[in-house]
Amino acid sequence: MTRLFPILAALLLAFSANAASAGVFNPDTFTLNNGMQVVVVKNHRVPVVTHMVWYRVGSADEGPGESGIAHFLEHLMFKGTKKRKAGEFSKILARNGGQENAFTSSDYTAYFQTVAADRLEMVMEMEADRMTNLVLSAEDVDTEKKVVLEERRSRTDNNPSGILAEQVNAALYLNYPYRRPVIGWAHEIEALSLEGIMAFYKKWYAPENAILVVAGDITAEKLKPLAEKYYGAIPRGPGVKRLRPTEPPQQATRRVTLKDSRVRQPSWSRTFLAPSYLSGAVEHAYALQVLANIFGGGASSRLNRALVVDNKIAVSAGSYYGASDRGPSSFSLHASPRPGIDMVELEKRVEGELATLLKDGVTASEVERAKKRMQAQAVYARDSQSTGARTLGTALAIGMAVEDVESWPDRIGAVTVDAVNKAARAVLKEGRSVTSLLLQKKSG
Amino acid sequence: MIKKSLSVLALTLALTLMIGGTADAVTVEKVTSKSGVTAWLVRDHSNPIISMRFAFRGGAALDPKGKGGLANMVASSLDEGAGDIDSKAFQAKLEDLVITLRFNAGRDTFSGQLNTLVTNKDTAFDLLRLALTKPRFDAEPVQRIRSQIQAGLRQETEDPGAIARKTLMQTLFPGHAYARPANGTPESVAAITRNDLSAFTTRRLARNNLVIGVVGDIKKDDLARLLDTVFGGLPATAVAWEVPDVKPQSAGSIKIIEKAIPQSVIVFAQKGLKRKDPEFYAAYVMNHVLGGGGFTSRLYSNIREKRGLVYSVYSGLHPMNHAGLIVGGAGTANERVGETIRVLKREWSKMAKDGMTAAELKDAKTYLTGSYPLRFTSSGSIASMLVGIQLDNLGIDYMDRRNGLIEQVTLADVNRVAAKYLKQDRLSFVIVGKPNGVKATP
Repeated sequence: MTRLFPILAALLLAFSANAASAGVFNPDTFTLNNGMQVVVVKNHRVPVVTHMVWYRVGSADEGPGESGIAHFLEHLMFKGTKKRKAGEFSKILARNGGQENAFTSSDYTAYFQTVAADRLEMVMEMEADRMTNLVLSAEDVDTEKKVVLEERRSRTDNNPSGILAEQVNAALYLNYPYRRPVIGWAHEIEALSLEGIMAFYKKWYAPENAILVVAGDITAEKLKPLAEKYYGAIPRGPGVKRLRPTEPPQQATRRVTLKDSRVRQPSWSRTFLAPSYLSGAVEHAYALQVLANIFGGGASSRLNRALVVDNKIAVSAGSYYGASDRGPSSFSLHASPRPGIDMVELEKRVEGELATLLKDGVTASEVERAKKRMQAQAVYARDSQSTGARTLGTALAIGMAVEDVESWPDRIGAVTVDAVNKAARAVLKEGRSVTSLLLQKKSG
Repeated sequence: MIKKSLSVLALTLALTLMIGGTADAVTVEKVTSKSGVTAWLVRDHSNPIISMRFAFRGGAALDPKGKGGLANMVASSLDEGAGDIDSKAFQAKLEDLVITLRFNAGRDTFSGQLNTLVTNKDTAFDLLRLALTKPRFDAEPVQRIRSQIQAGLRQETEDPGAIARKTLMQTLFPGHAYARPANGTPESVAAITRNDLSAFTTRRLARNNLVIGVVGDIKKDDLARLLDTVFGGLPATAVAWEVPDVKPQSAGSIKIIEKAIPQSVIVFAQKGLKRKDPEFYAAYVMNHVLGGGGFTSRLYSNIREKRGLVYSVYSGLHPMNHAGLIVGGAGTANERVGETIRVLKREWSKMAKDGMTAAELKDAKTYLTGSYPLRFTSSGSIASMLVGIQLDNLGIDYMDRRNGLIEQVTLADVNRVAAKYLKQDRLSFVIVGKPNGVKATP
């Protein structure tokens, strides 16, 4: 119940699409009178639907001192409402063969259920109910706080690479709120109060700040009256203005090192501040995806070939970039050494590959192959019922349009060698990066 | 991000239990090739892709002594060059054609998956044929894979969850193949030679221990032809093997492995059932109420929801070919381990003594039957089920019968099974951390 795992995030960001102009998920969309957006993705393989409600609020919208509140609220949404006791939602859903979960990221919070298509209305009634009718007691908050602190221990504190990832983020963003962990800092989670949580809920949970996505055995014609009945009846909220601090110019290279006796396999990474679809030099967003694929996106990528296969100094090496953020994103390189390889040498080798990339650029053949691979994945993306719902939900939640998702294959197809080289030179600048080292602390 | 986190053990379990049920929209056909290779097929022409899953019976439990991790190393090396195509070219071909080809070694099976766009199916199936029948095992990829596996194993030596699961298997099955870590140790992986890898493929990968499931946009005769292409050249029979059946040992033991971490990782197990046990369905329904999936089980409600002791707590059936277990796990701050185990044991014995209510049984059944179709929402998931059903010999009509088997379970059945199997004093625990309120057994 916290920020998307990197793997899932990668999957969603790599959602891809079909060959040119065919669209990807071909969804239907409409908007309710109260401003709630609705998206329908048809998939009639089995009489099942995935129902998701997304709120355009995440950890980056939290106020000072209240890190973790968005995620904590997500947990508490499984408590009661004016109509239902704590846990009753889950019990009713389970009795009807449904499955559910929820997740929180920096930019959004989403709740979802998968259920037989003929139970959709029941789910909509319950989800609409908890959009505005949540009832919490101090005891709910106290007990669930312990659960969230255990979640933090298992994800972060028990795990050196989890601890380091938090520190890297805090160093990468000087001012933008992505510097806070989605789950929150432990001391601030401990201080969260019932009043603060309810205020956050009332501020952000409202139909005009929400998106309904239903995928599966359903059509827009069938969904519309139900959406109007349950979600359309909810009055608009106070209409908040999103205020997020922005990032100043970054002028210094940073290094973050964690030495921990639990580390048995060291690792190295360098993370650059980068534009996203919506923030910074957005014209580079598609070219950066192609670049990440060429430079470190798989077995045939430059970093893997050079460091892992040819020079045999690393057990793994790669690069990662995702553009689906409301605020500034990041472009990262990572490598982990083979035994006996010095971290300084490893870093020099990666820097060597980076220097070659920036000097000579990528080749036309590399770009063509990467684009073809990326576009072909669209067909796979359509296979699973939940992929379309998640991809479209993410896009709308961060402030993009359905057309942006549907035209993704075309926009990837339009990326040129020149665009990739320009993007690389604009973004992979050392003064805008954090280099991190995870090292073993030797005892004694 | 997921409300309830799953350990690797729980994932294994989920896959095992993903077998069975009914989905009206799915028709399973049997396809047999000229040379006699059989696959189960679910045709779906809505999207131009093909997903194939297959498994050979016999897995990591057959790794030779001192060569633990052999099956896993083969799984990682088969797609690193075959026939005239070297590792780099093989990987580039898979990537450029967006073909997924992967292998995986379990304790009891060696399995694989192939996903391809219809337009590339001939190439995809041919690459799989080469990988299975003519793997190169060139020095560079073998050494690279070895160092990657060893890096993972080294890190696992400090991963509390991995330590706990490995120790639990050693505690339960001393002297048995199940006690050995399925992926080996850095030392045993160092001892594996190219000859070992080759011998594995020629001895273990044969037509008589193979099952196949296919989902997607393909005609029956097309598939029959491709089955011959890929699997027709395999030996008719695998070299015979034997893994003895085994009963879990060390009932009631508590092992503590001290690590300076803030949260203790707890895993536990006791004797359970094998998949073919006639009481399996009763136990499956019973466990759902005790500690199964979703946010409604007794363990979830009493340990997480009411007391806030954990983020994750679960129990599950873990049937293996040669032993049956009921397993579970939890994670809690060191100072609350004693309380967590006390509540867990209390729930365990409460279910054994008092059973469940008729209402709980009814809700469990409507959940388990109603959620079965949810497994049919992706090609890969359906193909995996087709393989699982064949491995467990449940019959080609199983998907239609599965919900009936759940429905048939009575209150007397679940309560009898609970009383018979759930023994809180027979639970074996492994705790990794610095737990308070609990003592290791001698």
